[in-house]
Amino acid sequence: MVWRNFGKRFRRAWQSIGLPPIAILIALLLGAVVLWLAGYDPLIAYRAMWQGAFKDLTAVTEVLIKATPLIFIGAGLAIAFRCSIWNIGAEGQFYLGAIAATAAGIYLGSLPRAILMPLVLLLGIAGGAMWGMLAGFLKNRFGANEVVTTIMLNYIAIFITGFLVTGPMIETKGLFPQTPRISENAWLPRFLPPTRLHLGFIIALLLAIILYILLFKTSIGYTIRAVGTNAEAARYAGINVQNNILLAMGISGGAAGLAGAVEVAAISYRLYQLISPGYGFDGIAVSLLVGNNPLGVIFSGILFGALRSGSEVMQMNARVPSVLVLMIQGMVVLSVVAFGVYRAVTMEKEE
Amino acid sequence: MEECAPESADQEFILRMENIYKSFPGGVQANRGITLEVRSGEIHCLLGENGAGKTVLMSILYGLYKPDSGCIYYKGKKLDIHNPKDAIRHRIGMVHQHFMLVPTLTVAENIVLGQYPPWKVLNHMEEVHERIRAMSDEFGLDVDPTKLVQDLSVGEQQRVEILKALYHGADLLILDEPTAVLTPQESEHLLKFLRQLADRGLTIIFITHKLEEVMEVSDRVTVLRDGRVVGTVNTSETNPRELARMMVGREVLMELKKSQTQPGKVIFAVRDLRVRDARGLEAVKGVSFEVREREILGIAGVSGNGQTELALALAGLIDCEFDEMRLDGQILTKHDLHRLHRMGMAHVPEDRQRMGLILPFSVAENFVLKSYRDEPFSKRGFLRFEAIREYSRSQISKFNIRVGDIEEEIAHLSGGNQQKVVVARELDRHPRFLLVNQPTRGIDIGATEFVRQQILAQRDAGAAILLISADLEEIFALSDRILVMFEGRFMGEVPPDPALIEQVGLMMAGKAAVPAD
Repeated sequence: MVWRNFGKRFRRAWQSIGLPPIAILIALLLGAVVLWLAGYDPLIAYRAMWQGAFKDLTAVTEVLIKATPLIFIGAGLAIAFRCSIWNIGAEGQFYLGAIAATAAGIYLGSLPRAILMPLVLLLGIAGGAMWGMLAGFLKNRFGANEVVTTIMLNYIAIFITGFLVTGPMIETKGLFPQTPRISENAWLPRFLPPTRLHLGFIIALLLAIILYILLFKTSIGYTIRAVGTNAEAARYAGINVQNNILLAMGISGGAAGLAGAVEVAAISYRLYQLISPGYGFDGIAVSLLVGNNPLGVIFSGILFGALRSGSEVMQMNARVPSVLVLMIQGMVVLSVVAFGVYRAVTMEKEE
Repeated sequence: MEECAPESADQEFILRMENIYKSFPGGVQANRGITLEVRSGEIHCLLGENGAGKTVLMSILYGLYKPDSGCIYYKGKKLDIHNPKDAIRHRIGMVHQHFMLVPTLTVAENIVLGQYPPWKVLNHMEEVHERIRAMSDEFGLDVDPTKLVQDLSVGEQQRVEILKALYHGADLLILDEPTAVLTPQESEHLLKFLRQLADRGLTIIFITHKLEEVMEVSDRVTVLRDGRVVGTVNTSETNPRELARMMVGREVLMELKKSQTQPGKVIFAVRDLRVRDARGLEAVKGVSFEVREREILGIAGVSGNGQTELALALAGLIDCEFDEMRLDGQILTKHDLHRLHRMGMAHVPEDRQRMGLILPFSVAENFVLKSYRDEPFSKRGFLRFEAIREYSRSQISKFNIRVGDIEEEIAHLSGGNQQKVVVARELDRHPRFLLVNQPTRGIDIGATEFVRQQILAQRDAGAAILLISADLEEIFALSDRILVMFEGRFMGEVPPDPALIEQVGLMMAGKAAVPAD
């Protein structure tokens, strides 16, 4: 029954996220004006951007690789946000997942592949979930606002990483602040060589689908949404609100931790100081952009991946400074969000 | 819209709304050719059940909705209103059911909100304060312009809303169910005040579904049903029975048939219950009572004397202390209170919108709010939508709930239908012990009659029922025994003999004829 309507659901999710091409177009036109004012040829810059994202198979797979952590994190955050828990700590949860995965990949490196690979991912989930639930615990026990605690926990996680890769876990040569490579038995397989597209992308898609089903098709999801929309009514219905806060933080933290583990096990093969270029924060926008729908996160994650990938090439080939690149990215996000808000407002008026 | 004449054909009326049509996407026809005529200086009641189109009609007049067709004449001239600003300019004021005040601003700031550009507001504040004080004294409103709105009681906030309209020079004042949020005393006070305003020449349109209010305050009354005008009558020439018939479209039982039953064994009992409110003050100061099989125990009292806390504590939603509590012979601990609903207790909460329902959820989802984890609505953790829908449909027809689509948000239903969903959900659990708090507050007469009948049916089926209500008439109509609550204690017990209403009224004010137990 879950699967029968899946085509319909998928279309509806696509509509609900609606990433209106027109919004992206408007943002790019505005960006062109900015580029032109700054003395760059917008056509050349955008050609580079397009090529960076879609030129050939390699470019496309790089987009999907960049989208992978964003889909993991965005899908997890969708659960937390639906529960009205404002988890700003996916960045830190990502780091904790990466730490746990690296530790397992190095110190348990002799385990056979069939055990080590899943173990690395599971430990990544556990690390992120633990970090997330810590904020949930602080909220339940002391009433500490999760926005504050998760931001603080981000710093702690990043500094723990810094400490580990310059001290206890530094590579044997000791040249760079990074750990040695993890055992090859922990590496996630890449398919479609010579590209770097890896199993993690498929896992991310699966996770988004699973979390969508969890949220809308199961009693657990009903509970989470009930707590998130009206905690008072949830308590009245006999729901334990605190348990669900912990659960939502655990799920979103676990998803971010899994993203960290996949990043280590499929791309970098080791831990280094700033392993995340801000995935945890982009993930917030990825989820909000599609109204916290885990299925929609797939699309917004890929959009963000394409933007990131394309603008890197724009920066390299068209020599556009990174500040301008970031500005254009920001304009795309703003424009898409503004479009969504506009649509929501007009729909409300019609009612 | 068809052409409207520039001037009203009939100059007798200050307001003429002619043939107003308004429908909404989804096919709801809220107004189907309504004509309303209001005389200058009268209090004109707009009476109708929830969903009859009263609020929509007034929202059109106030510029919140655009009619599909129809003409509006005001003070003899055709009126073009596109937004509330136009309405205010034409000296039309409206007090909404849900107040439109900014809690973090002062009374004065709320009143002049939008009147001055921001950089000029501060220069004018002193004179604004002066004017508000003068008006407040003149009308006896007792409003302090420097207080923050969030520190005001609901009644005070309503006075601010009225003052706001008067401040902007309203000649025509629209009030949308103003007494729904007030205590009986505050209501009384408000009605007197409105009469005063009308005597000074202000025209008032008063939206309500309460017959007593119509009889008490209005000069004329227009009754709406299903978006049409049933008729306009002079209040002095009608009676509640006739109005009820016009409103509902059939004869209404003004008195419920209550069968004689013999209460059985004690189902629920508590000794020396103490509850603190949100501020930490003792709101329930050691009360004891028991409820028997086939019995309704009514708790009367003015709102705010501990009834809310009593109900929340019994439902396990706030902390409490007690000597002993029993349900069906079993001794309960504080821990058990959290799972009473799994032990045969049902609870119709006081605030259906904040507690009883999840407004953004669908009608169907709300029907299973307490049972979605159980078979047949869930199986192995997965929700079974077919079963949920089927169950919802059967409940809707059983309880005669007016719903377009069970997948629509329950927020779109009228208050009466929302309450019916809550009652249907709770009663379907066949509770041994039923806690009902303000079951008919703010809902229309048809739904009220239905809900009360359902409560009586549960009693006859053997449930023990604790009924809390600020509505004395309701308490007397339903209860087998009445306890009167005042400042967290019971003032005494009386039988539901109509001759004793006066005595109960005195006890509600704290004058005990019988000492507390």
